[in-house]
Amino acid sequence: MPRWREAALPLLLFALLGAAPWIGFGEGYVLSLLARAMILGIAALGLHLLVGGAGLVSLGHAALLGIGAYAVVVLDAARVTEAVWVVPASILGAALFALLTGAVAVRTSGVQFIMITLAFAQMAFFIAGSLSVYGGDDGYTLYGRTELFGRRWLEDRLVFHYLCLALLAGAWALVGMLLASRFGRVLRAARENALRVAALGFNPVPYRLLAYVIAGGMAGLAGALLANATEFVAPSYLAWQRSGDLLFMVILGGLGAPHGAVLGALAMVLLEEWLGHWTAHWRLIFGPLLILAVLFLKGGLAGLPAQLRGAGRG
Amino acid sequence: MADLPPARPGAGTPILALEGLRKRFGGLTVTDDVSLAVAPRGIHAVIGPNGAGKTTLIHQISGTLRPDAGRIRFAGREITHLPLHRRARLGLARSFQITAVLPGFSALENVALAVQAGAGSSFRFFRPAAGEARLNEPAMAALEQVGLAARAAVKAGALSHGEKRQLELAIALALRPKLLLLDEPLAGAGPEETERLIALLGRLKADYAILLVEHDMQAVFALADAVSVLVYGRLIASGAPAAIRADPAVRAAYLGEDA
Amino acid sequence: MTAQLLLIQALNGLQYGVLLFLVAAGLTLVFGVMDFINLAHGVQYMLGAYLGATFAALAGSFWAGLALALPATLLAGLALEFLVFRHLYARDHLAQVLATFGVILVLNEGARAIWGSAPLQMRLPEALSGGIQLMPGLNYPVYRLAILAAGLGTAALLWLLVERTRVGALVRAGASNAPMVAALGVDIHRLFMLVFGCGAMLAGFAGVMAAPILSVEPGMGDGVLITAFVVIVIGGIGSVRGAFLGAILVGLVETLGRALLPDLLRLVLAPSPARQAGAALGSMLVYLAMALVLAFRPRGLFPARAG
Repeated sequence: MPRWREAALPLLLFALLGAAPWIGFGEGYVLSLLARAMILGIAALGLHLLVGGAGLVSLGHAALLGIGAYAVVVLDAARVTEAVWVVPASILGAALFALLTGAVAVRTSGVQFIMITLAFAQMAFFIAGSLSVYGGDDGYTLYGRTELFGRRWLEDRLVFHYLCLALLAGAWALVGMLLASRFGRVLRAARENALRVAALGFNPVPYRLLAYVIAGGMAGLAGALLANATEFVAPSYLAWQRSGDLLFMVILGGLGAPHGAVLGALAMVLLEEWLGHWTAHWRLIFGPLLILAVLFLKGGLAGLPAQLRGAGRG
Repeated sequence: MADLPPARPGAGTPILALEGLRKRFGGLTVTDDVSLAVAPRGIHAVIGPNGAGKTTLIHQISGTLRPDAGRIRFAGREITHLPLHRRARLGLARSFQITAVLPGFSALENVALAVQAGAGSSFRFFRPAAGEARLNEPAMAALEQVGLAARAAVKAGALSHGEKRQLELAIALALRPKLLLLDEPLAGAGPEETERLIALLGRLKADYAILLVEHDMQAVFALADAVSVLVYGRLIASGAPAAIRADPAVRAAYLGEDA
Repeated sequence: MTAQLLLIQALNGLQYGVLLFLVAAGLTLVFGVMDFINLAHGVQYMLGAYLGATFAALAGSFWAGLALALPATLLAGLALEFLVFRHLYARDHLAQVLATFGVILVLNEGARAIWGSAPLQMRLPEALSGGIQLMPGLNYPVYRLAILAAGLGTAALLWLLVERTRVGALVRAGASNAPMVAALGVDIHRLFMLVFGCGAMLAGFAGVMAAPILSVEPGMGDGVLITAFVVIVIGGIGSVRGAFLGAILVGLVETLGRALLPDLLRLVLAPSPARQAGAALGSMLVYLAMALVLAFRPRGLFPARAG
């Protein structure tokens, strides 16, 4: 029974997202907002695997997402728009970058890991800005959305909505499965006490590296989707502020369970949008809210019911 | 065990042999030419006053510290330069002086992870590990062995100090080790817990080789089959408990001071 | 590239290095003593630049601007410590990163709301404008030399403070073992506030000095912050000496890299791609250096922490 209860909230979340176009959220503008939230949710789920599972706080996750988006750009410029090529290129491109940089990064821990992931992301950011064939700092507008078997399915808003939802649900299931597996158990144990895990005969490095690569692949997929959602890609996708946003989604949602990342992504994107309607200086409200969330919402949004129950008892 | 070099036959072949181990921190020699042999069964205790270098010695044997000079042989193979996790794979299990159980894992999952270490690859991604009988059954058996089976579902962080000690032992046993390194397993335990742990160690020593670092002299002399005395990083005596008790150098350097 | 240009770039690099040091010194001490990652340290630099420019414009004098901006940044630092940071000392690095990230959002946006998005200009002080002839055919702005001198002077002062005074001894002890200092009965909170205030003021000082030669705009602290983090990771977290050497190294590598790489690459590439690749590589060089240092000396070149 407890496993069913754990899955109830995320399934409700996915059901609501699935029903959204039919219960008054079918406008193009709202759907594109939801798509953005779901896409960032996929990247945030990968980051949850790192932060919540392996205890690796990456401040460079947006770079992986950006590389996925730039893979679409590179192929688009070469007039390759077939998903069969584009999507694997995005996933593998980001995973490869994660493998190369992760091989150095996962040997460090704590603040060094935060800094080295940030440094690698900055390198990718500057490379993206110097690619003048792809617009340099100004970015690149796609000729068109990715096609599937030669058909322009993704042009349809509803198809794109449900594609994002299906991939989000898939990513959620994948992260949950990985965390519960033998592999995930070693990851979680190494987060709690790396020395203990080594004394049992495990070398944590390959486990962490693989988690980093998987999270990279997920971010790459999200990047491919994001490029399609906006039909535009710029170096700002890789900026460290975007990495901070992703990290915030994961924490705001709550580290206790993977669906926290989904919740956090939705909350951040919608809150940003809502505040943006009120004032151009919405960050003046958004920033303090984030600080308050860090200070007081220790279990994140997903942990809010439990925290409220606890406060009620106390 | 085809990869072992030919060992001399007989039960007397030591499972662990230290040869001329030396470690300095800055100007301080904390391990000074220590040579030691541990028999494949029974308890070998290392005693010494505070600051004698006992924990440093354990660290060098388990692999968290590298010696500056000397060699460590384990199960017939030189391990001086192997990292911690490789030594653990060879059958060297250690408990920690400050308990290092995983507080967010249940007692059972703590032990199941140890079983997992010896149960094929951990690069498995699909099946939930918590439901694997292959891991849980031996884990439960190890918990029973240390008398902690009733607390299997409790988060390790919520266990009492003595229970954490028992859990440490269960984890070490679940690794099916050739040698148990126990760093002050009785430290901080209450009188009843101490009694229970001593009885447990007494049972275990029939089946395992145990290198025991302990401050509780009564426990040491009740349990040990051999005792080595470390003072300021040097081994001043090594032998049967009775001989150690009678050794004038030991009495002068250690027992007299501590009594 | 002539020897003169090389010398000018080297001087620019040194001058950038000392500015970086002023920011990195506060960052490394705050991290070393309090184990606190303060991403908002860069906005203290921005605040210094804005306050300096504003006060200077109001008072009509660079020096008045500087004199007013320093205590103002000190106060701003102490206010942030009181409002936000002190509630985070006991939390993990993740919480610190996120909360101080929130502070950046607020202060960058606040600067945009008050001063607008357009860059502000700060006038050079009269006495330090113009150039000086270093050698025949080589003129160098006096103001940049003044920055170099002021930065080196501050570094020397800081070194004296940390190495030669009682408070400095506590800071050093705190950087290598904070619980022990607390156990000695030192009011660790007062020490924290002191270090924090000094760090904020140093960053503000760097901001004021940079204001006349850079454009003062929202977000100007972000790039400096990240580079300062590179500096302290390379130098070894908690070490003032490491921060100084790291800052000079990073300043030189970045400035010379950007200046020389396009020319060097022209030896093997066509001019246009050489310029592009050179610029990208120049920006990446310090991150590459940091990755190399972390790969081979994970604790930096001059680690402060023992054991």
